[in-house]
This record gives sequence, C-alpha cells and structure tokens, in this order.
Amino acid sequence: MLEIKNLHVEIDGKKILRGLDLSIGSGEVHAIMGPNGSGKSTLAYVLAGKDDYEVTGGDILFEGESILEMEPAERAAKGVFLAFQYPVEIPGVAGMTFLKAALNAQRKARGEAELTTPDFIRRVRQAADLLQMDQEMLRRPVNTGFSGGEKKRNEILQMALLEPKLCILDETDSGLDIDALRIVSEGVNALRSPARSTLVITHYQRLLNYIVPDKVHVMSAGRIVRTGGKELALELEARGYADYAADAA
Amino acid sequence: MPAVRETVDTVRKIDVDQYKYGFVTDIASEKAPKGLSEDVVRFISEKKGEPDWMLEWRLDAYRRWLTQHEPTWARVSYPKIDFQDIYYYSAPTHTPGPKSLDEVDPELLRTYEKLGIPLREREILAGVEGSRVAVDAVFDSVSVVTTFKDELKKAGVLFMSMSEAIREHPDLVRRYLGSVVPVTDNFYATLNSAVFSDGSFVYVPEGVRCPMELSTYFRINERKTGQFERTLIIADKGAYVSYLEGCTAPMRDENQLHAAVVELVALEDAEIKYSTVQNWYPGDKSGKGGVYNFVTKRGLCAGARSKISWTQVETGSAITWKYPSCILRGDDSVGEFYSIAVSNGYQQVDSGTKMRHLGKNTKSRIISKGIAAGHSNNTYRGLVTANRRATGARNYTNCDSLLIGDLCGAHTIPYIESYNRTAVFEHEATTSKIAEDQLFYCKSRGLSDEEAVALIVNGFVRDVLQQLPMEFAVEAQKLISVSLEGSVG
Repeated sequence: MLEIKNLHVEIDGKKILRGLDLSIGSGEVHAIMGPNGSGKSTLAYVLAGKDDYEVTGGDILFEGESILEMEPAERAAKGVFLAFQYPVEIPGVAGMTFLKAALNAQRKARGEAELTTPDFIRRVRQAADLLQMDQEMLRRPVNTGFSGGEKKRNEILQMALLEPKLCILDETDSGLDIDALRIVSEGVNALRSPARSTLVITHYQRLLNYIVPDKVHVMSAGRIVRTGGKELALELEARGYADYAADAA
Repeated sequence: MPAVRETVDTVRKIDVDQYKYGFVTDIASEKAPKGLSEDVVRFISEKKGEPDWMLEWRLDAYRRWLTQHEPTWARVSYPKIDFQDIYYYSAPTHTPGPKSLDEVDPELLRTYEKLGIPLREREILAGVEGSRVAVDAVFDSVSVVTTFKDELKKAGVLFMSMSEAIREHPDLVRRYLGSVVPVTDNFYATLNSAVFSDGSFVYVPEGVRCPMELSTYFRINERKTGQFERTLIIADKGAYVSYLEGCTAPMRDENQLHAAVVELVALEDAEIKYSTVQNWYPGDKSGKGGVYNFVTKRGLCAGARSKISWTQVETGSAITWKYPSCILRGDDSVGEFYSIAVSNGYQQVDSGTKMRHLGKNTKSRIISKGIAAGHSNNTYRGLVTANRRATGARNYTNCDSLLIGDLCGAHTIPYIESYNRTAVFEHEATTSKIAEDQLFYCKSRGLSDEEAVALIVNGFVRDVLQQLPMEFAVEAQKLISVSLEGSVG
C-alpha cells in the first residue's frame, strides 16, 4: 500500500527527515512513536502533500506509484487521508457543505458521478451511526467553536465518509479525555478492513490499547530507528525515549 | 439566471411586434454628437419626446453640472475622464457582431459555461448576429418595458421604463424625481440628471404587496457610450416591493463611464428591498479597459415604520464608486445594507453606505464583506449619523475584509456623527487573510486550489448571501467563485 524509501525532507533549509524507510501493507495498522521533534508530524504532512516541505531525496510510493509530484487533492482522490493533529476552522462553511464538496471533488477526480443530495445524506447518516456520532455537529461551521474532542471526532467522521485507502492519524489522541478516546478509537477500529491501511502517530502507548497495531516503529531524528510488535509500545511506555536519543546524533 | 431569462423571453415575444407596446418607435436614429452641450441635452430630450418640464429639469442640471467638480476623495485612481469625448445618447444600431459563438473569445465562453448560462443566452450576451435584434431591444440605452405587464396591472403596480413614465405618469415623476437625490447632489448625479438615457420606474400603490420580484437587466454595449440610467421606485403606504438589478454574466467592453442614479421612496409602513448583482467588465489582466462605475443610490424612508434594504454583490468594473444609502426620516423606520464586494486583478472598489438617522427610534444595520485578491484595492467607506431629533437611534455595523495573497489591500473607513446622546452606534471590523492552513486542510480533503478558495470565501460571505432572493443567491455564489479564479496557486 505505502512504501517510503530513504526519504529526506527539509523545511527552510532545516533537515527534518533523514533517510526514512517505511513500508505498510494492505490492511495493516502501523504505529509511529517518538519524542517531540523527531519528525512525526512532518512525515504526516509530507504524505498529505503540504507545500512548505521540500523533499530532497527518496520517494513515496502509494500503491506502487510515486505521489511526490501530486497535489494534495490528487492524493486525496487516490485515497490518502490525514486526520489532522490540529483540525482547522472554516467559519461560515457548514460541515455538511464541506463534506459534500470534498466527497464530490474526489469522486469527480476519479471519474465517478457526483452524489445526489439524498444519497449523500444517507452516507453521512451511515458514517455517523458507525461512529456513534451526532450529525448535529455537521450543521455547524467546520470545526468552528468545536471542543478538542469534537474536532477529532469530526476528523474521524470525515475519514469514515471519504473511505480512504490509507488513513494517517496525527496525534489523534492528544487533547482527548478517556471517553472521547474510546469513541474515536472504536470509530477507527470500525473502519479497519483488509483493503485499508492505517498509520497511527502518537506519543503515548495509551491509544494503542484501543487501536492495536500490527507493528510499532520508533522514530528519532528523522529516521525509523527500531521496529517491533505491539509490545514495543509497552516497553517505550516503561522506559521512555532516552535509549534512542543517542541514535539521533 | 431567472432575471435574465425572463427578460430574454419577454424580448423574444415582443420582438415580433414591438411597436404594439408603444416603445420608442424611432429606433433607426443615430448617436447624439460626441460631447456634452445644451444642444446635446435638447437632442436627448427631443429624441425621447419629453415634455418641456423635463427638458427644463435636464437643462437646469446641465448648467449646474458645469459649475461642479469631480469628487477626488475616494481611494481610486484612474486617468482623467474627458467628458467631451463621450457619446451621451445612442439608440440601437446594427453594427455587425460575431457570426456565431465560434468567433467569440473562448475565455468569455468558458466563463459563461461556468456560470451555467444556457447556450441561447450565451449567444445573446456575446452579441452573436441573429440574436442581435432582440439584444438591441433590451440592452441599449432605450430600455424596453419589461415583464408581466398584465399581472402587474391587475395588482395596480406600475412598472415601466422611465421614458414611458415621464409620458404616462408625469405627476408621479415630477413629484418624486430628484426628491431623494437632488439634482445638485454630486458631480455624477448631476451629470446623470442632465443626460439620463432611461431606466426603470416602479410605483406600488397603497397597501399592495407586489406579486413578484421585479427585475431589469441592463447592458453597456455601444462603444464609448456613457450609460446614465435613472431608476425611481416608490412604495406607497403599506406597500411592498422587491427589485432585482443586474446580471451575473460578465460583459466585455471598452473603458466606459457609467453613472446611474437610483432613488427609492418608502412611505408609511412601506418596504422596499433592492438587490444588485453587478459584474461589468473589470478590465484585462493588466487592469486595462474596465468599466468605471460611479453610482448614486439612495433610499428615503419617508414614512413612519418604513423599511429600505439594499443588498449588493459587486464583482465587476475596473472602478466602483458606490454608496447605497438610507435616509431614515420616518419614526421607527429601518435601513439595511448588505454588501459583498469582490475585487481581483487591478480592480479598485470604494463602496459602502450612508445611514442618516433623522426620525425617532430609527434603526440601521450594515453588514459589509470585502474580498480582495490579486493587485486590487477594496475600501469600505461608511457614514452613520444621528441628528438632534433622532432619539433612540440604533446602528449596528459589521465590516469584514478578507485578503487573498500579498499584493492586494483592504481598507475600512467608518465615519460616525451623533448629535443625540441617546443614539447607540456599534461598529465592528475585522481583516483576515485566507490562511495557508485553511487552504491545505481543504485541499487534503480533495478540493482544488480554486474550490478551496471558493468554499472559504462563500463561508465568509454567507451572512450577506442569505439576504438575497434564493435563486439570485445561488447565481451570486457561483459568480464570486468565478471572479476569484486564479487568485491562488
């Protein structure tokens, strides 16, 4: 599904990713953990295609095809979805309007017919039911005045509706209380499927109690420095990231 | 485009025997000589078969105009206008146009397509031969009496061209023409008073709710012909009327001066809602050749509990100088101004409103949304006043500006004058930029640059769009998106 080869990324001349390799197969859930500043969020943004980052080496293959030259919208239409760490407010634009615009833009890009309003509303209802979420949120302007928990839930709802092939969750657990964490995790789990891969970026092992990963990677100074099974997360929780600081140098 | 469609349909119908309706019959006539003089004013008045009092009114305006100067306080700059190098009157002519849509600028056609304008209308808008005769009937200075005449007649509503009103309802015209915008009001209004070509006249009698939205549709299509429309709308006691002006389709043209005057009068308990969508040619990519739009629009809430509401969506013109205003003379009268002004390229917009509180417990509300992109400059200029007797006057003003890119400017210039200590005026203003984060968020969900900007902008202007009649709002939304194309990325 996703193959990252020797990826080097800079922002304003500062090296952030220094030869990152990562491979995620179809249906797999991988977690990336690591200390602050190790480049986790950069990786998420680069995958989604944010402008400010300059890829100076390596490649990102999505379903065997390099996506480096693709616009964010093109990547989205191919099935890449980033759940933002800090979802952005768009005043005056109702959630429904936003979702419909996004869904139809993606469908158009894939050469599919636009959804009719009744079909769209049916899908939204299904997605909301799946995630046990209240659709009322979607009548309000996108993320405007939302609590931290609402914003994250809104991200997962978008994910459920857009049905991506690759879900990237950038610190989706930050700012969530225990109940919200559970709801969001259940949502993510409900979306697990053999045709969908997930990359979970987090600081804390806690999230991985709910979303159980197939693999855990430790990231430090712009590289994956260790890979293991889900038990690696527990070890990190116990010992911290101090062991990996040396590798960074 | 319901407004357009109605007009086009009407024209198609009347095209067959337009004389039956008593339109101006002498349509073969040529332009008035270039430039402005007493003779030209007489020529115009004579062409239109006007009574003496109208001619005198025009001549008086002309003589006063000679003593006036062009206003220079607006934040716009343009080469000096040579007022002797303009034609002040032209009846329809039959200059050859393109033979088919194949000969029309593809970029223009692309825009029509985006706006969802039907093929037949695209031909008309682009001035394709064959559709030409019908076009002339509507689009030139001599306006055609408009839609639904019979139904309106049943309701007792008078809706006709100004020329016709001068002939058929001289008492109403004499009583109200210039009563809201005096002949000497300002340089452009005075010029208009001297040479106005035509326009709309509406009278809604006492207690009548006008059964439909009234709309007209003007176009500037003669080269170097100044356009001087004159519109007068009167709502008698307890009457209601909603009037739509303009069109979302872009109009190609050379530099053209446009100085319209619109006067609204609302008597006791009457309400007038006036909506405009303006999309004249803004000039090319370097800013050359757009329409100069110097408009005076003013409404008088003459009676108690009357209400006047202006809603405008401005996307066109190289220069916009326009301040639809309300004089709140009747006690408990209400004035509203809702505006979206979009500027791109090298457009210059200086627009806003004036709310003059004269009566007791008068209320006004101003919601202005300015969107500047490209190299454009977008200024909101507003005046809110309360005189000594305006006890309990209330105003709420909200001006928001949105910047797209680094080369444009947004300016907010509010003037507030209060001579009554019980008056309460509130002013809020914000200026923001479309954030890269917002754009990226939308794009990561599958939207293109342009779709992302359109979505964010539509959210920004939502409060105002809601004030427009439904179908007009949908058109306006599309128009705003198209106007901002190419402003990012």
